[in-house]
Amino acid sequence: MAVIDYDRAPEFATAGYDSPAASRLHALWETKPGLIGWLSTVDHKELGVRYLVTAFAFLLLGGLEALIMRLQLAQPNEHLLSPEQYNQIFSMHGITMIFLYAQPILSGFSIYLFPLILGTRDMAFPRLNAFSYWAYLAAGLFMYASFLIGAAPNDGWFNYAPYALKQFNPNPNMDFYALGMILLGVSTTAGAVNFLVTFLRLRAPGMSINRVPILAWGTTTTSVGILLSVPAVSLAFFLLWLDRQFGTHFYNPDGQGQPLLWQHLFWMFAHPWVYIIVLPAMGIVSDALPIFCRRPLVGYTVVVLATITTMVLGFGVWLHHMFATGLPFLALSFFSGASFIITVPSAVAVFAWIATIWAGRPVFTTAFLYFAGFVSMFVIGGVSGVMTAAVPADRQLTDTYFVVAHIHYVLIGINLFPVLGGLHVWFPKMTGRMLSERLGRWSFWTVFIGFNMAFLPMHWTGLAGMPRRIYTYPEGMGWDTVNLITTIGAFVLAAGILIFLANIALSRRNGRVAGPNPWDGPTLEWSTPSPPPPYNFPVIPAVASRHPLWEDRLDEGLGRSSIRRGVVLDHGKEALATSTLDGEPDAILKMPEDSLSPLVATIVMTAAFAGLLLHWWMFAGVCAALLLAATIIWLWPERELGQRAEASHG
Amino acid sequence: MTRPHPVSNPRRRRSRWPAAWTAAVTADALCSVAASAETPLGYLEGFGVKTREIAHLTWALLILSIVVVVITSALVVVGALLRRSRAPVGNIEQEPVSRSGRGVAWITIGVSVSTVALIGSMAWTAYTMAAIRAPSQNPAVTIEVTGRQWWWQVRYQSDDPSRVFDTANEIHVPVGKPVRVRVKTADVIHSFWIPAVSDKIDLIPNQTNETWFQADKAGIYRGQCSEYCGKQHAHMGLVLVAEDEASFKAWWDGQLTPAAEPEKSELVRAEGVFLQRCGACHGVRGTSAGGRFGPDLSHLMSRRTIAAATLPNDTGHLSGWVADPQHVKPGNLMPNLGISGPELASVQTYLATLN
Repeated sequence: MAVIDYDRAPEFATAGYDSPAASRLHALWETKPGLIGWLSTVDHKELGVRYLVTAFAFLLLGGLEALIMRLQLAQPNEHLLSPEQYNQIFSMHGITMIFLYAQPILSGFSIYLFPLILGTRDMAFPRLNAFSYWAYLAAGLFMYASFLIGAAPNDGWFNYAPYALKQFNPNPNMDFYALGMILLGVSTTAGAVNFLVTFLRLRAPGMSINRVPILAWGTTTTSVGILLSVPAVSLAFFLLWLDRQFGTHFYNPDGQGQPLLWQHLFWMFAHPWVYIIVLPAMGIVSDALPIFCRRPLVGYTVVVLATITTMVLGFGVWLHHMFATGLPFLALSFFSGASFIITVPSAVAVFAWIATIWAGRPVFTTAFLYFAGFVSMFVIGGVSGVMTAAVPADRQLTDTYFVVAHIHYVLIGINLFPVLGGLHVWFPKMTGRMLSERLGRWSFWTVFIGFNMAFLPMHWTGLAGMPRRIYTYPEGMGWDTVNLITTIGAFVLAAGILIFLANIALSRRNGRVAGPNPWDGPTLEWSTPSPPPPYNFPVIPAVASRHPLWEDRLDEGLGRSSIRRGVVLDHGKEALATSTLDGEPDAILKMPEDSLSPLVATIVMTAAFAGLLLHWWMFAGVCAALLLAATIIWLWPERELGQRAEASHG
Repeated sequence: MTRPHPVSNPRRRRSRWPAAWTAAVTADALCSVAASAETPLGYLEGFGVKTREIAHLTWALLILSIVVVVITSALVVVGALLRRSRAPVGNIEQEPVSRSGRGVAWITIGVSVSTVALIGSMAWTAYTMAAIRAPSQNPAVTIEVTGRQWWWQVRYQSDDPSRVFDTANEIHVPVGKPVRVRVKTADVIHSFWIPAVSDKIDLIPNQTNETWFQADKAGIYRGQCSEYCGKQHAHMGLVLVAEDEASFKAWWDGQLTPAAEPEKSELVRAEGVFLQRCGACHGVRGTSAGGRFGPDLSHLMSRRTIAAATLPNDTGHLSGWVADPQHVKPGNLMPNLGISGPELASVQTYLATLN
């Protein structure tokens, strides 16, 4: 390795955001103006915001579907929707919220925040980052295109065989879902790889793994979870598609296939997925709640360990979705036990948050209200989950509205509440303007009351025996009043979301100017201007503690972080690689320029999937060849990207 | 029994059955009102050996859950209010940052208490699983239930082949005796569930699952498919009649009788219309109607409901159903036959004899 030839001792300098070094960096990192620039940008901040906006748009679509369902279910024997329409809408509602909203919105936060909180200039693979966004958008549009021909998926997000197979579902509904999910899996996998490598290699010097913000831990943990679980579902959907198109018999009972194989493959993915869409949100709370409690999180280390433990155990509980499938009690008891045990790490996190409130001095900002509300919602979703861990109880509870209430406490309580709170926290960073606290309170209380009004009574609906996924119900079952209350609550919740959107729209133009650190936060992103410049940091900061901006006040050891003095790295787009555990400087990374390749690759890849959907095999083949070509062009070696230098080893 | 007349009053219809049976049905109807009138599919009160055990466990977990939620929510609210900072929301840095208080004791104590509660719940779960695993005595009756989109095909098993019979959507069982249920499916996955007496068991293609239950109180209970199975999943109900042993035996004997030969010419014509229009899909014991696509109709009039517990079994609903089955259950597999008025009257006349 002739690294010596290329060796360059990186310059150290003191540089602020108005220094000449900063303007050089600005010129280097800036996205070109105009449409081409917009389409080719690889700036993580731009892509993070796009993720957030797109995911929020899908939240609104899924919410609209929910409201239509709630109108249908407001009273017994309603005829607003035909059974088939209802089935398509409830299926798309689940698919949208679980796959197109809940995970991507957290990716949005993490893509925006990772480089900023880790103290670097971009994600490890900026072009891959752009690709994962475009592929996500493409997968969402692909699945929604099914509505245009009236053939949206109609077998729920769980999509059980054999109802999903051709003999019961001859139209392309399921093909949209199967191929769309494989496409989405490409995006999710690319995103996960990027988070993982960014976490392992791009942290600021000195940011050893015990100084990393918990959001980064949460996202990295779930990225590992994604890499281990998504293959199961991509395979499951691919086999389903083969069964449907080529008469294979993986699931098809007519050929001695195993419908239960689908359930195993699906839940082996989908249960970890539930943790994938909550752990980063819990990370948002673990990082942001302490800001408003004016003290560090209580129990950082145990919370990180709890996060990882939850993900690991999350791979050992999938059978609790299958307690009624006739499997022997011996097998069920193992999964029942695991499902009880997985509560313990969650309890660790809950008590860490409660302790942080009690040991701190909470300031009642809107964000704090969302996070405090979240803790209670988390507990409700948690204990109802424990009830379903008990095999005998679950064989009554499963497939009733009790589980619907449970999953909504998990997904709205543990995902949406932190997301809304997190947007209040970081909107100023993203836009430079504060959200209105007044509107914020209004939206919080409306969302909080609407949500609980809709879903708390729903536990009772389930205990009164209302099965899930029924398009209507008869009178006299004891479900009428609770369903009406739920419908009203759903509309109140929707009104709260509208107030939130109004707040965004108004504050974006007229909000109070935020300044770099409106919340007096402790982590590196608050040392940058709001919004941060394209290069994030004029010098790569060196970190000496978990709370670089609080360390003078907290007395966290002797060393001090160095935010304004550090390595400059301005020979082209560059970032600093550091060692995995201790964050020792390791190498100078050459970062790629903006590129259209990710978009082009996404377009031809999506076209190939459309070809598979339409049985245009030649077209699909040509697109696949084009995808290969686009990838080669994308990855063609560039002189500027050659890894030229190692940083001096300290 | 062969005299044709439009049947509209279920009591009158039943009155032609043995007196003991009639008495039982009346009593049962009352029991059912007492049992679960408010929420026919509720399961917080068990009416069988299994479901009572499960209801105890469910209540225990439910109460524990509520206690946990109340305590933790109180901790959040009280903590936030007690420790609330006076700093204004827009000027948060007025509240100084400090590492006040240790706080870790919260985690230690909280997690320890939670773990004890969890271990207790696990123990109760294990105890309940052991209690419901198998009946205490050999099942008295074996019923084979086959799920179909969107109804239940039911076959009563017996060592004596002449006592085997088919029916649909209504199960009778003797009170206080364990019943074995073998479940299968003819198409997609369904789930057999009678919340008052029997927890769920899925019906999975190429697989026969077995469960058991024992109703401890006479009554009429409702069941429902509880695994999503397509367009009419909502209307895939089931009726369970738990009755004393003598009534049960009388019912079984009654189900074995073939349809009577029609005597009057009007009835002969009615039967002809039925066989022609309905017999390809529906079976009636003792006639040439041997269809297996739809529910067996041999003793249709002995059932309380039609269309898988979707409609009450009376003249009006039955005629409405035969005339336009797609209206009430759109997408169900019984097509609109475009049946004429006179044909409908004939079919109705014939069906009225199937008791």
